[in-house]
Amino acid sequence: MDSFLSLFEQYDVAAAFWVNIQLTFWAAIWSLLLGTLLALFRISPIASLQWFGATYVNIFRNTPLTIIIAFGVLALFGQLSVSLSSDFNLNFFRLAILGLSLYHAAFVCEAIRSGVNTVPLGQAEAARAIGLSFLPAARLVILPQAFRGAIAPLGNVLIALTKNSTVAAAGSVAESAGLMKTMIEFRSDMVIPIFFTFAFGFVLIVIPIGLLTTWASKKLAVSR
Amino acid sequence: MRTTRYGALAMAAAAALALSACGGGGGEEGAEEGGGGEAAAESVRIGIKFDQPGLGFDEGGSYSGFDVDVAKYVAGELGYSEDQIEWVEAPSANRENLLSNEQVDMIFATYSITDTRKETVDFAGPYFIAGQDLLVPVDSDITGPEDLDGRNLCSVTGSTSAQRVKDEFAEGVNLIEQPGYAECVSLMGGGQIDAVTTDDIILAGLAAQEANQGQFKVVGNPFSEERYGVGLTKGSELCSDINAAIEKMIEEGAWEEALANNLEGVDYEPNAELNPPTPEDCA
Repeated sequence: MDSFLSLFEQYDVAAAFWVNIQLTFWAAIWSLLLGTLLALFRISPIASLQWFGATYVNIFRNTPLTIIIAFGVLALFGQLSVSLSSDFNLNFFRLAILGLSLYHAAFVCEAIRSGVNTVPLGQAEAARAIGLSFLPAARLVILPQAFRGAIAPLGNVLIALTKNSTVAAAGSVAESAGLMKTMIEFRSDMVIPIFFTFAFGFVLIVIPIGLLTTWASKKLAVSR
Repeated sequence: MRTTRYGALAMAAAAALALSACGGGGGEEGAEEGGGGEAAAESVRIGIKFDQPGLGFDEGGSYSGFDVDVAKYVAGELGYSEDQIEWVEAPSANRENLLSNEQVDMIFATYSITDTRKETVDFAGPYFIAGQDLLVPVDSDITGPEDLDGRNLCSVTGSTSAQRVKDEFAEGVNLIEQPGYAECVSLMGGGQIDAVTTDDIILAGLAAQEANQGQFKVVGNPFSEERYGVGLTKGSELCSDINAAIEKMIEEGAWEEALANNLEGVDYEPNAELNPPTPEDCA
């Protein structure tokens, strides 16, 4: 037990998890914005925008996240010298957020589209009947109801995003998966306790998200 | 009615598959139990790296590298022919588990002997003494870890050498961690990083790869001592036989030959003061 506790003096486990939470927070915001835009494209009456939305979703949903993150470092940083910050480490942090956001936007888009499907067709027809064109109708009538219907699937995306933030280790971000690897390398006598520490850490983060979204999806559901 | 019957059939088939999958693993275990000095068992399972050129590298079913050559020699001395060797991939983080679960008999995978590791596994050897060093482009002016202030240094996630450079030699170094050394070398090829760090022999193996030949050099200023041992299950009886085999390999010149063959075309000399090493006494 003593040697297990000494692990926490030697390595800052909480700080590593904090990096994951920060990655999740920023990527959640950006992917929600981008995903909403894509969902708008997909339900819009303009064929080329529909095509773009569908193509984006199909490409990013079907590409492994590791490849997207590795692309950020090896291609954007390595070959094209793209820099999102003059600070060396912040650059990788932002590249990882970019990769996570691009990837999860595809899932957010589909979650919102499923929310749109919960809105009865009559709502769109009524919006048009009172003279609203596509954007005002979407903003005032369709999307507010769609979001309330999409909370549960969006929560699932957020949970997936939380756990996927560990892939950022492949993009040179010092987060929990990387720390776990370091700890296993140096403390081979404690491999299983180390593993369970990190598994437990994620359970601790993810369960509140699940409870919160389930509660919110019931509370905010549109009663019809 | 019909569909339920098919459903049940599918379930039964799946269950049988799952059971046989477990059984297969259990069955093999019996085979290796007599792995003593005189080749009682039919085969020997050796853990190596699959992704480290020059040391342990999977070339589509056949394996090459210095670790592999030493493993073949030692296995030969223990009475196993080459086709009795079953190669198993032993990634760094998994080595202790492979040994303590008896999924392999020996590990030759750039496995440094350390006191922490000795608590869970036994070691024979060392059969090679490496040192952490730097790999740089051929035209680089970097001559040692002290020159890295303000430069970009790449290593693999969870490795010791990058952190050592930062702590002991160059505080202002920018560290970048990648999943594998191939990624580091590719970044260095793109000009974004100035050096890659890990054990010198691993760096030499990377530089010796066909795609990289002539582009990179090992600095040759090692700043640590990594004694590569043969990982064994705790309490294994193989240790002294393996040490004898390693000594014989060094005496016969096969050791030097293996080293030269695997690092052909690279400007790299292993630390001559320490190599070839004398195996330690078995505990």
